[in-house]
Amino acid sequence: MSDIKKIKDDYLNKLDSDLNIESVNQIKTELFGKNGKISNSFKTLGSMPNDERKKFASDLNSIKDELQNKILSKIQEIETKEINSKLENEKVDVTLPEREFNQGKIHPVSQVIDEISSIFSEIGFSVEEGPDIENEHYNFTALNTPDNHPARDMHDTFYLDNNKELLLRTHTSPVQVRTMLKGKPPFKIIAPGRTYRSDSDQTHSPMFHQVEGLHIDKDINMGHLKGCLNYFIKSFFEVDKIKMRFRPSHFPFTEPSAEVDIGYEIKDGKIVIGEGDKWLEILGCGMVHPNVLKNVKVNPDKYQGYAFGIGIDRLGMLKYGINDLRAFFETDYRWLNHFGFDPLDVPSNYRGLSR
Amino acid sequence: MKFTIDWLKEHLDTQKKDNELIEKLTDIGLEVESFENLSSGLDSFKVAKIINAEPHPNADRLRICDVDIGLDNTVKVVCGAPNAKKDLLTVYAGPGSIIPKNNIKLTISKIRGVTSYGMLCSESELNLSDESDGITELKTTKYSDKIGENFFKNKNEKVVDLSITPNRPDCLGVRGIARDLAAAGAGKLKNISNKNIKKNGSQKIKVSITKEKNQGCSVFGSCLITGVTNKESPKWLKEKIISLGQKPISAVVDITNYVMLDLNRPLHAYDADKIDKEIIVRNSKKSETFEALDNKEYKLGDDMCVISDKSGVLGLGGIIGGTRSGTEINTKNILLESAYFIPRSIRKTSKLLNIDTDAKFRFERGIDPQSIKLGLSKAAELISEICGGKISNFDIQQTDKHENNKIEFNISLFEKITGFKINDNEIIKILNDLGFEVSKKKLELDLKIPTWRPDITQPIDIVEEIVRIKGYENIKTLEPEKTKIKDTLNKQQKLFHFLQRSVASKGYFETVTWSFTDSKINKIFKENLKEIKIVNPISSDLDVLRNSIFTNLTFYLKKNLDRGFKDISLFEIGPIFKGSKPGEQLTVIGAIKSGKISRLNWNEKDRIVDVFDVKRDVIQTLVEAGYDRKSFFVRDKSPSYYHPGKSGSVYLDRDEIDPVAYFGEIHPNILKKLDIKTEGLVGFEIYLDYLRQNKIKLKDQKSNFEYSDYQKSERDFAFVVDKNFKAQDLIEIISSIDKNLIRSIKIFDIYEGENIPHDKKSIALNVTIQSSEKTLEDIDLEKINKLIISTVETKSGGKIRS
Repeated sequence: MSDIKKIKDDYLNKLDSDLNIESVNQIKTELFGKNGKISNSFKTLGSMPNDERKKFASDLNSIKDELQNKILSKIQEIETKEINSKLENEKVDVTLPEREFNQGKIHPVSQVIDEISSIFSEIGFSVEEGPDIENEHYNFTALNTPDNHPARDMHDTFYLDNNKELLLRTHTSPVQVRTMLKGKPPFKIIAPGRTYRSDSDQTHSPMFHQVEGLHIDKDINMGHLKGCLNYFIKSFFEVDKIKMRFRPSHFPFTEPSAEVDIGYEIKDGKIVIGEGDKWLEILGCGMVHPNVLKNVKVNPDKYQGYAFGIGIDRLGMLKYGINDLRAFFETDYRWLNHFGFDPLDVPSNYRGLSR
Repeated sequence: MKFTIDWLKEHLDTQKKDNELIEKLTDIGLEVESFENLSSGLDSFKVAKIINAEPHPNADRLRICDVDIGLDNTVKVVCGAPNAKKDLLTVYAGPGSIIPKNNIKLTISKIRGVTSYGMLCSESELNLSDESDGITELKTTKYSDKIGENFFKNKNEKVVDLSITPNRPDCLGVRGIARDLAAAGAGKLKNISNKNIKKNGSQKIKVSITKEKNQGCSVFGSCLITGVTNKESPKWLKEKIISLGQKPISAVVDITNYVMLDLNRPLHAYDADKIDKEIIVRNSKKSETFEALDNKEYKLGDDMCVISDKSGVLGLGGIIGGTRSGTEINTKNILLESAYFIPRSIRKTSKLLNIDTDAKFRFERGIDPQSIKLGLSKAAELISEICGGKISNFDIQQTDKHENNKIEFNISLFEKITGFKINDNEIIKILNDLGFEVSKKKLELDLKIPTWRPDITQPIDIVEEIVRIKGYENIKTLEPEKTKIKDTLNKQQKLFHFLQRSVASKGYFETVTWSFTDSKINKIFKENLKEIKIVNPISSDLDVLRNSIFTNLTFYLKKNLDRGFKDISLFEIGPIFKGSKPGEQLTVIGAIKSGKISRLNWNEKDRIVDVFDVKRDVIQTLVEAGYDRKSFFVRDKSPSYYHPGKSGSVYLDRDEIDPVAYFGEIHPNILKKLDIKTEGLVGFEIYLDYLRQNKIKLKDQKSNFEYSDYQKSERDFAFVVDKNFKAQDLIEIISSIDKNLIRSIKIFDIYEGENIPHDKKSIALNVTIQSSEKTLEDIDLEKINKLIISTVETKSGGKIRS
């Protein structure tokens, strides 16, 4: 017994000293090899008297376990040390630039259209579209703007034929006509899209974007119109309060008609929506004219409702502080990078419109 | 429409302040564009005192004056007037002033070596009198405490500029505006002073309106004023005309303009002596000509309304008069015209001849047909007052009586449309104030519409009148109700938004460019599509609708390259046009990529963009949109603007007729033609309209999840095949050998060159084989290997490379 106790103590001592992996393997052989000290001790078991054997075997086994564990942990210790010292030499400069990732961008107009759609989706509107090329009937006549009407002069129209039959739509309102002609009331739609007028200067671009809104049902009145736009403007500009002013105006396809101004002020050179005492015109709207309803086979005695048209580009300019409308369409890589949005930044009503 | 507040107050009795009136105008739908002081240019004339006057060293008759103009320091003015002496109060004009007499602008100048800052003015120079012998002498008693103040008192000459909507011709006259304001509670509309003018004798020039089809005139009123002395207008009239930014001409012309601006009643004055016998109002005949007051010769078409005499056309009724019968300063006898011209006719004629005049603008919107006599009276009265002369009786020819329209208005419509209620008496008062005659029945109002309101034709118009005057602020703001009738987006719209973000997520910047483009660039990309010309393009290089997204993308790519950018990825999603009819358009994504990948990169070698970059982007985009990569089929056909050997088209399925996408290198010739300088240019297009919709929803698409735990094996093969043999076909051949066992095929090498015949290539691929039923034995694997080799060799005509 004292022999194996001595072996144990000796070797535990040895294993505590600073060893390399070869020395540990050497110790392993010395203990557990064919003629190892522990192996040999096991061989003596057979010649022992029964009463001693049991006790000895038990002691021997526990010494064996203890030594084996010690060897194992020593090996791990040495290996860890080796890896650590190896890693020491593998250090890279992590401040070097990462591998390239090319970040794409979504154009502000697209982002704003998504924001608008998300807001109107929340209050039950669905999205409709119409063609960019329209005929004179859908763009004007059906919208209560006959060809001898001076209101046609308010639109500088691009024509595609000399008879002025085919044109690029001057507003998104023809989508109202198309939507109502192909369906049955109630209607609750928005229609974003490209619109065209032959006008080009600092604040006008020959192509721009509008979103049309239309809600027709049995009892939709001007109070609903006000409520809808108030909700929209507040949501869009992500403010709790908005100063809004409805002014009487005239559009051939609505009666009564209104233009809507929102209050703003300039703070530190930036425009702040919803405060201040300046007014900014942002949209036109009104109750759909009974003549328009008649033109699309909707009975104006049974159904009524409102329509509105909003300049999308202008909304985007206001919200995101973009000064020049024409820059929207000039594809300057720097501009797109600066004002563009991360494609993962999808506006939604549960995640929020913008980050 | 411009007017001054003073002028407004000639019609409106009001205690309101200017800014209250301005706000009210906006509130009732008369949008105020601006409200500004009329820049009279007279603010720089100051009351001044000469503090000291010394002789000029270089000129005997000049003096150098120190002048107190109310500022801390005096100014030095060189003056030649004999009366310029110490302590004189006079009028000083600073540099920049415009001298009323000769319109000369003052500058700081050296007079005989001495700098003079401004000028001391004579009465004559200020247009105050003819006194030009010396500078103005102001009375000490009146002006000694006014040094530095403006010499010309600013009268209330603030000019309001309204933007009048086309439905409101009545507000193109000051009186109409006053009436609206009065109705809205901003004052009381004054009565028009109706002096009884003396009329003697009949109007001797015979007038007739020819009744015919498409007649343009229905009432023609006239009177003759004989023995007038036409002259410059008196000051008050001149000032009125000037205040609106117009130029006074002569009393007669100014008076007709004044009546037009005041009452929106256009008039025309003829020199009666130049009229050949009689006036005939009729439609023109083709090729008739006349010289108009704008000094242009117009050639008329059929059915334009003209005023003519025995010798021919005198003028275009309601649009422009002619030179032959115009009044001049020596005109003695005047025929004054006050007529009603039909808006449609006016509009048609002016469009055809491209004439825009004040009269045309008003007549095409609708002039009050019952204002004929009022206009004649007012103008005749003023002419005889200012120019003298005798007024004849009025001659009124008319073919239409123009009686008032009537509307039966159901009062409940107001609340139904506006959502709020006001009491009947208030409604009636508003309508009365606006000039409606109202008689109340039980639930309805019988309304007689004033003839100056051609815009009011039906009950809804009455609602607008009431709510406009009552104020839009009374409309409640109702919470939006959220019921949904349809899904927000349909499938095609969802696809649009998805693809848009999918492409952007691959490193492309989205752009939005115009739907029109330069026909010269468009030709390069239009293939066999029809060119769609814009009749009136904004400029000659934006003259057609785009047949391809690439026209604008390449144009703007070049601009960015010229700015010094090299590695550019751009895309646009939007319409291209196949024809000029509504609906003849397709929604397309176009994307281009230029330059290099990993340019100037410390850990990766750079390379030029190539066809497989865009193939990855286009395929991955389609996969993300939910289409099955396994069934995609690629052909090497593509439009001619791609590199013929490095481009292709993608079909969702081998059997599809239309490709859904193209990809490839842009043809090098095009780069040359467009002078695009880049190492490489690749691009792709996706046609959204050809992407068929997945009929089943994703929730129903997923099959049961099955997987195999049995060991899989990989085998490498290399086949030598014809150079033109397609990798896609090889994969198809192998995968169809045993769809259950062959799990994936990867091509890992393509080799041409040494050891391979020159018309062949070697394709090396790795095939993964796994059974879902058992672990494959060597013998099974050997069998499938052999089958792969023999099948490929038979079907492709290739050989296994040993």
